[in-house]
Amino acid sequence: MSALDTISVRVEASSGNVRPLLHEIRHALQRVADGGIGTTIDLGSLPLAPGEEKRIEELLGSGELRAELDALGPTVLQETRYAGVWFVTHRNTEQEVVARFIEVTRVPELLLAQEVDMQRAVHELEKQLEVN
Amino acid sequence: MRKDQTLGAYLFSQGVSRRGFLKFCSATASLMALPPTMVGRVAAALENARRPSVIWLSFQECTGCTESLTRSHAPTVESLIFDAISLDYHHTLQAAAGHGAEAAREAAMEENAGEYLLVVDGSIPIGNPAYSTIAGISNLDMLKESAANAAAIIAVGTCAAYGGIPHANPNPTGAVSVSDIIKDKPIINVSGCPPIPVVITGVLAHFLTFGSIPELDELGRPKAFFGQSIHDRCYRRPFYERGQFAKSFDDEGARQGWCLYELGCKGPTTYNACATLKWNEGTSFPIGSGHGCIGCSEPDFWDKGSFYRPIAAGLWGSRDALLGAAAAGAAIGIGTALAARSKKKRANAAKETEST
Repeated sequence: MSALDTISVRVEASSGNVRPLLHEIRHALQRVADGGIGTTIDLGSLPLAPGEEKRIEELLGSGELRAELDALGPTVLQETRYAGVWFVTHRNTEQEVVARFIEVTRVPELLLAQEVDMQRAVHELEKQLEVN
Repeated sequence: MRKDQTLGAYLFSQGVSRRGFLKFCSATASLMALPPTMVGRVAAALENARRPSVIWLSFQECTGCTESLTRSHAPTVESLIFDAISLDYHHTLQAAAGHGAEAAREAAMEENAGEYLLVVDGSIPIGNPAYSTIAGISNLDMLKESAANAAAIIAVGTCAAYGGIPHANPNPTGAVSVSDIIKDKPIINVSGCPPIPVVITGVLAHFLTFGSIPELDELGRPKAFFGQSIHDRCYRRPFYERGQFAKSFDDEGARQGWCLYELGCKGPTTYNACATLKWNEGTSFPIGSGHGCIGCSEPDFWDKGSFYRPIAAGLWGSRDALLGAAAAGAAIGIGTALAARSKKKRANAAKETEST
């Protein structure tokens, strides 16, 4: 135990924003389930008390799907236990979090192969075939 | 990145995939405090953005603003943004010195006349120009010369924005802000002592992305970051609403994270993004660490009495009046905020009258 741990400061304050956020997610999810458009919530824009982001994470839990993207540092796309609700965490090459979003959508756009990348892939594949 | 190259072409040449670019745009939109729905527009604009020249002048300052920026926590996004601008002059960061440094500034001004971005940190002494000079040129002359052909100016830090600590009573050097001197250029005030690094980068990113200055408040600050008070966005606000105030820094209320209003917190009269963006990799901000906001992004924050004196005491003049008001709970803050806004409007009106 470090000296800091002995200071009896409680950090489980409440901003009162966790429950409204869950309601926002619920409404957004209903829209997607009804065929409407998705919603992205930037967690960096919300005033949250120490420990509340963790609390949101715990409340939403982990679902069936987890994907990791390696581009300018790792990005983890974790579906929560609620289908269609995703935690998206962008990190830089030094593993520091640069942005965190909750996406309410069928599939986060970052998981889709992008047209420009596919065009480049076709070109590279053609070059590969020429060599062999 | 070459000056004639677009950011999209540059990233592509570096092997960054479209996915990587979209991730970069998401982080940049978040950095600019734009809603996630704007990512598409950011992507379209950034893809075609060209590298602007930036000249950074440091006058009466402590280098805290540059320290804040270079110690920021998002090196990937920020270094890409710095790759995307041409930082042609910056005392602390440039390799050139002496005549070579000044030649770089002059060349950048000539080659990019009307298009370069001028960043200033520090106040300008007009009491006696010799108080602060660079290469034998007074800060006043260098500012006027460099501003003449700038596209826009970013005044970084409270010193450049409002005079800051050098301007504090008795202001021995006659320190003034950039906007006290330059009247014919768009000026963005990024106040704070120091400003939050991602706010500095966010403003640079906005200029890079949209080629324009963001929407500003009545004190010339970007509304995206300074549109709401610390108090409005503070996670301790529910304690304030319930009238639960810490009375000292080590009492039970302080331990339970109650509102620091009575300990001098200037959150209700301070407009900044600390409560949401936070500091040190988004870890915390002064209130989160148990200390009230000192109001460092507001003009004359150093001269507004003790940091530990409640705002209401300053507004109403006596401790007794404060105690009476504290019992009224939330009503204080509403009154304080209204009084602060009213004072701000009066100050601006007075400033406009002076300048006409």
